[in-house]
Amino acid sequence: MDSALLVHRLHFAFTVTFHYLFPMLTMGLAPLIVALKTMALWKKDEAYARAARFWAKIFGINFVMGVVTGIPMEFQFGTNWSHFSRFAGGVIGQTLGMEGMFAFFLESSFLGLFLYGEKRLSPKLHWLSAFMVFFGSWLSGYFIVCTDAWMQHPMGYFTSADGSVALSSFWSLVLNPWAVWQYAHNMCGAAICGAFVMCAVGAYYLLSREHVEQGKIFVKVGIVSGLLFSALVMGPTGDKQGRLVTEYQPATLAAMEALWETQPGAPLVIIGQPNTDEQKIDNPIYVPKMLSFLTYRRWNAEVKGLNSFPKENWPQNIELLYFSYHIMVGLGTIFLGIMVLCGLLWWRGALWNARWMQWILLLAFPLPYIANTAGWMTAEIGRQPWLVYGLLRTAQGYSKNVSAGNGWFTLLGFMGMYTLLAILFIFLVHREIAHGPEEPPAPVKPLAPTQKQVPVEVH
Amino acid sequence: MPTIWFCIVAVMVAVYVVLDGFDLGAGVLHLFVARTDEERRKIIRAIGPVWDGNEVWLLSAGGTLYFAFPQLYASGFSGFYLPLMMVLWLLMLRAIGIEFRTHLESNVWKSFFDVVFSVSSLLLAIFFGAALGNVIRGVPLAEDRYFFEPLWTNWRVGAHPGILDWYTVMCGVIAAVTLTAHGAFYVATKTDGDLNARCRKTAAILWPVQLLLTLVSLIATVWIRPELLTNYKTYPVGWLIPALVVATLIGMFVFRSKGNDKAAFVSSALYITVMLVGAVFAMYPTVLPASTNRDWSLTIQNASAPHYGLTVGLVWWAIGMVFTVGYFVFVYRMFRGKVSLEHGSDHGY
Repeated sequence: MDSALLVHRLHFAFTVTFHYLFPMLTMGLAPLIVALKTMALWKKDEAYARAARFWAKIFGINFVMGVVTGIPMEFQFGTNWSHFSRFAGGVIGQTLGMEGMFAFFLESSFLGLFLYGEKRLSPKLHWLSAFMVFFGSWLSGYFIVCTDAWMQHPMGYFTSADGSVALSSFWSLVLNPWAVWQYAHNMCGAAICGAFVMCAVGAYYLLSREHVEQGKIFVKVGIVSGLLFSALVMGPTGDKQGRLVTEYQPATLAAMEALWETQPGAPLVIIGQPNTDEQKIDNPIYVPKMLSFLTYRRWNAEVKGLNSFPKENWPQNIELLYFSYHIMVGLGTIFLGIMVLCGLLWWRGALWNARWMQWILLLAFPLPYIANTAGWMTAEIGRQPWLVYGLLRTAQGYSKNVSAGNGWFTLLGFMGMYTLLAILFIFLVHREIAHGPEEPPAPVKPLAPTQKQVPVEVH
Repeated sequence: MPTIWFCIVAVMVAVYVVLDGFDLGAGVLHLFVARTDEERRKIIRAIGPVWDGNEVWLLSAGGTLYFAFPQLYASGFSGFYLPLMMVLWLLMLRAIGIEFRTHLESNVWKSFFDVVFSVSSLLLAIFFGAALGNVIRGVPLAEDRYFFEPLWTNWRVGAHPGILDWYTVMCGVIAAVTLTAHGAFYVATKTDGDLNARCRKTAAILWPVQLLLTLVSLIATVWIRPELLTNYKTYPVGWLIPALVVATLIGMFVFRSKGNDKAAFVSSALYITVMLVGAVFAMYPTVLPASTNRDWSLTIQNASAPHYGLTVGLVWWAIGMVFTVGYFVFVYRMFRGKVSLEHGSDHGY
């Protein structure tokens, strides 16, 4: 690979992967905070209000990180991918421009009110500001996914005289079926991240026998949403997404499954290492005919293998694509398993004594981060060698006027900067968790004997 | 249609400079006029609820530029690669400086973030001025409409200049002085007592510098690019612009002397706007002049997106703008008045 092309790809891959660690939690926590605030208003229960206040602090730190690492994304289309921007700006400039006008202004305006305005606003207005932050972050997500969906499955465009593309139908762009399903799938993934993080903090408090009342609230809210979204992420959203790939990106599907030969009744590989030299899977464990069934709903349907496509249209990194996809699907299955188990224990009234389950919840929180990242890697590595599927190759899209040396200079700079940010983030979030939510005023609720007395802190 | 979008982008940039300008300026002042932790918290609190929204104007102006003028976005952003990346790093440092400063009750922690916040604000003001200088002076566009500008070459305004030469450095200094004064007027409106007095004093010191630099910059600009006067000669109504520049400078002086902070701040905002309008009026219809060969310049015609997209965009842009103005009016009203540390139990800042 051309060294400038390599560094520009690494540049975007690194900055976007790091960036998305934060919005996935922002988008996942926002609806849960709205749920907590709704419960506080509806049940008139101060415990929910304290829970919401605690999560607002973590949300605030996380949001700042998302904003700070998000600014470079919008710039990089122009700085590192200028030929792509020139080629596709007439179309995707629409969605990116709309994100700024509709989502960024809304989020930034209401975030300040939500984080710092609780004393100035009435409870209902403060609820509204939480809702608007949620709405803004989810709207922002739609415009971004819509942009990516156009690159995966271009619609509503025509090619102008100078070779670039231009918009021909606004509604095909914003209602692209790929965008709708990818968005639904992606938001389920983000919601799972929020649910698992909330559960993990709750489990931590339960295990350490501190803030037990709040810990239970966190675990309950986390399980309800975790159960819901772990189911939705598989069907219909994941299933539908997979069938869109089958229909529009058949070579990608073959590479995701490491299927070389076209065959009827194709098996679904659960585990195994793709061997590209010999075009087979080493040490496979598979379910016969399952892939045919999942993709075409017929046990003997023919699934096209990589060999039926010209080699220059194969995704370049079949191994990484295969593993990204399998990790995403495998973890998705585990999420549903964990949440069903928690749900059962809760229903039987055994959850609060099942410390082993609380340990699982505590340790599981990194998994949704991995699954969401692997999911996006599947989408983006799977789209290769295209930048815009079928229209523009990745090798044609980068800024040819920006040399590899300048690319490395800024990539290394970002790596240094993001290391600093990551340390700050972990430090500050750790502090908030160690600090814990406010305790209820002592005389109203006597503390359990095992519980440590923590003074009411105001800050 | 491209002309409408040219105006829209120009307005968004101007709004950005006026709004984020005062919080950048407040950042520059942060280390100098505010001496105690209490005063510094007041400055942060004066801009705390609004700085993020102000900065979004930069992002949205960037997004709108991308959508309306893809060629300009592609050429400009890749050509200004190095300074833009540095601006990104500074924006990040500044954001964490403001947001994370008050998370820890530690003097070392706070001092560190005070310096981060203040230095990044100053450098950003200089970078933005230099950026404007580059756009006015012209960049070494090649025939394929791309260029790559090194940070500096021989510091002269030639066919192959760097990001920094004597002209753009001068623009950077003007921007830093102007935005610092702008920030001083803003902080003065939001505070009282010693802090207020020191802000007024800072503005008083900066005023003659600003006056002098304005004159020097106007002369220098016409000297390096005499063709910028063409639009003024064709449309003499344009001469109102320099007249307004003088008027706003006088306004800043008079209102400050009278102690009317709000009117002085408004004069400063108008001064910034009118200076930008003057530059934009002179450049139209060019959006990025080529220093190599004038025929290779990017104009609103050869850089804009096709008609259908621009028409559709006008609809959603107008709807979005109505909402945006609504939010801003609401937020500024919520946080109106002088800041105090009375609401000490509010979390943050």
